[in-house]
Amino acid sequence: MSAREQMLGAIRRGLRRGELSGEARAAAEARLAHHPVNIVPKRSQIARARQIDLFEEGAKAVHATVARVAGGAVAGAVIDYLAANNLPAAAVMAPDPALDRYGWKDRPMLEIRRGLPVDADRVAITGAFAGVAETGTLIFTSGPDHPTSLNLLPETHIVILREDGIVGAYEEVFVRLRARYGAGAMPRAVNTVTGPSRTADVEQQLELGAHGPRRMHILIVRD
Amino acid sequence: MRSTAHAFKDNVGEALRNANLQRSLSTMKVGFVERRQGAVERMPEFEALRDRARDIKNHALAHLDFYLERFEKKVLALGGHVHWAPTAEDARRIVLDLCRQANARTVAKAKSMIAEEIGLNEHLEAHGIAPIETDLGEYIIQLRQEPPSHIIAPAVHLTKDQVADTFHEHHAKLGFARRLTERNDLVAEAREVLRRKFQEADVGITGANFLVAETGSSMLVTNEGNADLSNTLPKTHIVVASIEKVIPTLEDAAALLRVLARSATGQEWSSYTTFNTGPKRKGDPDGPESYHVVLLDNGRSNVLGTEMQDMLRCIRCGACMNHCPVYGAIGGHAYGWVYPGPIGAVLDPQLLGLEEAGNLPNASTFCGRCESVCPVRIPLPKLMRHWREREFERHLTPPTVRKALGLWAFLAKRPLLYRAATGIANRAMALFGRAEGRYDALPLAGGWTTHRDMPAPQAGGTFHAQWKARGGATR
Ligand code: SF4
Repeated sequence: MSAREQMLGAIRRGLRRGELSGEARAAAEARLAHHPVNIVPKRSQIARARQIDLFEEGAKAVHATVARVAGGAVAGAVIDYLAANNLPAAAVMAPDPALDRYGWKDRPMLEIRRGLPVDADRVAITGAFAGVAETGTLIFTSGPDHPTSLNLLPETHIVILREDGIVGAYEEVFVRLRARYGAGAMPRAVNTVTGPSRTADVEQQLELGAHGPRRMHILIVRD
Repeated sequence: MRSTAHAFKDNVGEALRNANLQRSLSTMKVGFVERRQGAVERMPEFEALRDRARDIKNHALAHLDFYLERFEKKVLALGGHVHWAPTAEDARRIVLDLCRQANARTVAKAKSMIAEEIGLNEHLEAHGIAPIETDLGEYIIQLRQEPPSHIIAPAVHLTKDQVADTFHEHHAKLGFARRLTERNDLVAEAREVLRRKFQEADVGITGANFLVAETGSSMLVTNEGNADLSNTLPKTHIVVASIEKVIPTLEDAAALLRVLARSATGQEWSSYTTFNTGPKRKGDPDGPESYHVVLLDNGRSNVLGTEMQDMLRCIRCGACMNHCPVYGAIGGHAYGWVYPGPIGAVLDPQLLGLEEAGNLPNASTFCGRCESVCPVRIPLPKLMRHWREREFERHLTPPTVRKALGLWAFLAKRPLLYRAATGIANRAMALFGRAEGRYDALPLAGGWTTHRDMPAPQAGGTFHAQWKARGGATR
C-alpha cells in the first residue's frame, strides 16, 4: 500500500466512512465550485469615496505613507519622494506596460531600469493588482509584468495604485482574481502586503525592514 | 526536536529561577493581551467570525480526504509535486531526498512548527546540509542552539543584550566586528547577513498556515517577508504542512485569516500573507523551478472521530498561551517540546504519548481563559481534563497524588469523617496563617507557595460548618 493510500485510509477509518460519496460529495463539490462568501465585515461595505479613505487610513496605520495624485503628477511625486527621503533619483521598475503611461521619459533626471532587482537597487516601483480597504492591504500578483522579488529586495517600495484598483473586502479581490486567471486558478504568487516589513522578535518592540522593504510609499492615482 | 516533556517539573523549576525569562514574560503578557483586545474591539463581527472559523475547520476535517485529494490534483496539474508522509520519519526522508536531488548545500527556512515537530533541522545537518532559519527570532535561537519558547515569538525569552552578545559572537567572522547595542542596528545586521544566505540557498523550506483545495495554493503569513524570500529566490520550494491545514476555498481562507492575525498579534492583517500556487510559470522572471508539498500525518488521523478531534482545528495563533497564567509564569521551554501552553498540553500527549507528556495537562488551573480567546473555539480545558482522566486510568499519576486523591475520595464518601477531618485541618491552618490572611509557605506544599500565596481560611469554620450554621440542608 502506498503512503498516500495509507493516509487516506486512516482518515476514512477515523471518519467512519469510505470515500466521500453521494450527497455529501456533491455538497463539497458545490462548495468548491461556488465558494460561498462567509462574513464580510461591514466596515468595508461603504461608499466608494469612503473606501479609498479607509484604505489610506489602514495603510498609514501600519507605517506606509500615502499620497493621492493625478495621473500626470505620478513621476513628479516619485522624484519629490526620493528627494525628501535622501534617496538617489534611480529606481528599478516592474516591466508592467500599465506603468508606461506616467511620462517617465519626460523626467531624464530620474534613472529608471525595468526588470529584476539587483543588490545595488535601493528603490523599486511597481503597480498593484488591487488595494483592500478593509485593512489597507496591497495585492501583488506574479507574472512577466511583475517579478515578485521587486516587492521584497529593495529597501524602498513605491507602489502605484489606481483608485479603481481599490476594493472593499478580500472577497472582492477573489472575484477579480477569478475573472483574470480563471475559476480555481491563481498566478504562482499572490502576495498580500500590509505596510513595510517588520519584526517584534527582539523584546517585542516593533522594528521596520526586517527582510522586505523598510519604507513603503503608496501613490493613489485618481481615475 | 527531542522532547523533555517528561521532565516538566524540573523544567518549571528552572524557568521560575531564570530572571531574564521572567522579565521577558512580564512584558509579553501585557503586549499580546492588550493588542489582541484592541483588534477585537475594532471588529464588531469578531465573535461571529470565530463561530464561522470553527465551522469551516469542522467542515474541512469531516471532509479531509476529499479536500486533500482536490488539493493534490490542483498542485499536480500545475507541475508541482505532492508527497504523503504518514510519519515524521517519512517526512524527514522525503525532504532530505528532495534537497539531495537539488544538490543543496544550504537551505533557507521560514519558521515552521511542522519542521520543528519532525526535527527537520537536526536531520538535514546530520546529512551535511545547512538549514538557515530566516525568521529573525528563529535565527537568533538557532545561533544559540535553543528551542523556540513560543510558537509565534520564538525568542521571546531573550533580552536585547543577549541577542547583541549572540550576534557579536557569530557575526564577527562575517566581517561585523562591532558589538551592537541598538535594536534597529541588530535587525539591520541580521538583514544583511541573512540576505547573503538567501542568495546562496539552493532550497527554500516553508510551512503553511492553510492549504486551499480550490486553487491548490499553500498559504503563509509572516511579518518580516522572510517566507516570501524563501519561496521566491531558491530554485526549489518545499512546503511542509500537516494534513489538517487543508480548507476548501479562498473565501474560507479570508474568514480564517480575519481571526488569525487579530488573535495572534492583534494586527488587522499580517504584513505578508502569501498564496503560492505551483512552480514558476512560463514567462515568470522569478520563482522556484520546482515546487513540492509534503503532507504530514504523524498521528493526526488517529484523532479524527475521537473526542479529541477538536484539537485539529487549531490554527496555531498562540492566543491560548498568551492568555495562560501557567505559560505566563514558566514560558515555553518548560513544556519541553515544540508546542507549549494550553494547546501543547493537549497536542503533545497525542503526538508524543502520555508516558512522555502526561504531566503537561496537569499544568492548568482550569481558569478557562484559553478557551475564551481561542479563535476556533477549541474546548482546551475539556481536552486537558480528558488527558488527566486517561493518565489516572493508566496509573501514570505519581503515587503521592494517587494517595492524596484516594484519601480525599475515601473521606468524601464518608460525610461525618470528612467534616471532622476538614474541621481539624481548618483550625490548624488558621492557627498558622490567619493573622496575615495568607500563607507564603505550607508544609508539604512548597511547590505551590514559592511562586504564589495560598489564601488562609477566613474565620467561621469550614464550608460545611458555615452551611449548617446558616440553616442549609445536610444529609
Ligand atoms: S488552540 Fe486556539 S488559541 Fe491556541 S494556538 Fe490553537 S487556535 Fe490559537
